[in-house]
Amino acid sequence: MQRLRSLSAALFRKGENRRAAASFSTSLLFDDTQIQFKESVAQFAQEIIAPHASSIDRTNYFPKEVNLWKLMGEFNLHGIASPEEYGGLGLGYLYHCIAMEEISRASGSVGLSYGAHSNLCINQLLISGEHVGALAMSEPNAGSDVISMKCKADRVDGGYTINGNKMWCTNGPVAQTLVIYAKTDFAARSKGITAFIIEKEMPGFSTAQKLDKLGMRGSDTCELVFENCFVPEENILGQEGKGVYVMLSGLDLERLVLAAGPLGLMQACLDAVLPYIRQREQFGSPIGNFQFIQGKIADMYTALQSSRSYVYSVARDCDSGKIDPKDCAGVILCAAERATQVALQAIQCLGGNGYVNEYVTGRLLRDAKLYEIGAGTSEIRRMIIGRALFKDE
Amino acid sequence: MKIMVAIKRVVDYAVKIRVKPDKTGVETTNVKMSMNPFCEIALEEALRMKEAGLASEVVAVSMGPAKCVDTLRTGLAMGADRGIHVDVPGELQPLSVAKLLKALIDSEKPGLLILGKQAIDDDCNQTGQMVAGLLSWPQGTFASKISIRGLTLSAPLRSSRSTDLRLNQPRYATLPNILKAKSKVIKKCTPEELNVPIKSDLETVQVTEPPKRKAGVILSSVDELVDKLKNEARVI
Repeated sequence: MQRLRSLSAALFRKGENRRAAASFSTSLLFDDTQIQFKESVAQFAQEIIAPHASSIDRTNYFPKEVNLWKLMGEFNLHGIASPEEYGGLGLGYLYHCIAMEEISRASGSVGLSYGAHSNLCINQLLISGEHVGALAMSEPNAGSDVISMKCKADRVDGGYTINGNKMWCTNGPVAQTLVIYAKTDFAARSKGITAFIIEKEMPGFSTAQKLDKLGMRGSDTCELVFENCFVPEENILGQEGKGVYVMLSGLDLERLVLAAGPLGLMQACLDAVLPYIRQREQFGSPIGNFQFIQGKIADMYTALQSSRSYVYSVARDCDSGKIDPKDCAGVILCAAERATQVALQAIQCLGGNGYVNEYVTGRLLRDAKLYEIGAGTSEIRRMIIGRALFKDE
Repeated sequence: MKIMVAIKRVVDYAVKIRVKPDKTGVETTNVKMSMNPFCEIALEEALRMKEAGLASEVVAVSMGPAKCVDTLRTGLAMGADRGIHVDVPGELQPLSVAKLLKALIDSEKPGLLILGKQAIDDDCNQTGQMVAGLLSWPQGTFASKISIRGLTLSAPLRSSRSTDLRLNQPRYATLPNILKAKSKVIKKCTPEELNVPIKSDLETVQVTEPPKRKAGVILSSVDELVDKLKNEARVI
């Protein structure tokens, strides 16, 4: 696909340090092909996605003049880990995380929407970006306690009728295909959950108003409403009553991929801070000369590099079939909390300017905070890890 | 028809250049390197011609140290069919590059050679012209548009083109193409095998940064301006 931004404009641009702080040395984490891919996606994301990041945040909408979903599809970014028989690349989670990191670095909102859509890349339309996918398990009254969900699926002739609400659905307003979890058997509690594939046009299914969020603005999130929505038999994902297994195994890999989101945000913080501290002068010297600032950027750098090492090592393990729920929860717990701290420090390094919305740091903090909450709150992640460690001999 | 594209590995255009402390050149260790932007445009043009059915094969050529292979891989990922790396460890000047290209063209026999008009490290703008001279081929330089009329695959064109900025927008290397490129062949050869002695006709004496731009001066009258132009700047 052709680049949309003119090479000549890029060559003669002055004073914009787009790639001034290039991605840091990660030679131990990646082989040559992966480095080549990372640079390629970075270039794509900086040229195609980054210019829209600020207006996406301000307007709370994806740009109308370009279709980012389709552009990402043309760049083969959807379905990187999806099996080839569904039209994906079957390349595994390491490549997927690389793509997620670079997209998130360009725009946190686009990264989150991209990550959420990735769960659904199971047919050609979704992989090309023509259709957007979404996932819904939480409800207004069932967040961390998702097993207590009330959305019910009653067996009828030829399928099921679904009634209830789902909340916090990323991409909900724009999704064509959704995976939702509903209770087919309340008495069986966690063993009574079934996963269904919903298509937007199904009668009885609608979306309520888009949420006005603190961060990740533009990554549309909304409530889903089911009023006697009929779902045919063949739209069950897995088996009736076995939905919890789909959910939990999906969550492990979802956490891994999403963990690359905060990595991108931390990189974006460094991208913003390093040129600033080289240029901003006080007391006759660039502020980057002062120890307090050097201390901050050192902390930011080591937080990023250590999180990065954790995420990609676990990605590599998952690719070779060793999926450990403790580590999948661990990587997003680690990366998300670090990212919030790094973003706070980034604002501090920019001082008064960091507090002004014209600079990117405020948005980075607002975006970073989401990752401590979505895909299982930090508290839940700690429970998963602690409980598993306690049980292991 | 076979198209040969010459690509050069240079310091990335976004990097802030620094002169080495010993003033022998520009700092290149630990600096990001990429394909010369004009070479990208040249390669893109060749790929479009192949997609339009005007060429059967696009061969990318790069000369320099072992790392040039990375640049060739990017070229292969964009869509070139195979690559040739001429392994030359030291400094290469345009005339040597031109002689090496001639030797490769004599053996590969492409119908068209496309190169970037200049490299962003030395800005010589010489190689394209020199190669055409050595081969006695017709050449078109600073091409902002290339169109081929009435050409079939079997009729050789035998000419060289050097590409300018606005010719096209180069494509990205997507992940499937990056992976396909891994199995494409890059042949390695040396100047000795091509019978081209590499010698430098130029010796770099010193490299310095341009003088720092001084602040402007606001003048009070035309007389003062004329006086400064005459006596300080000495341009009139």
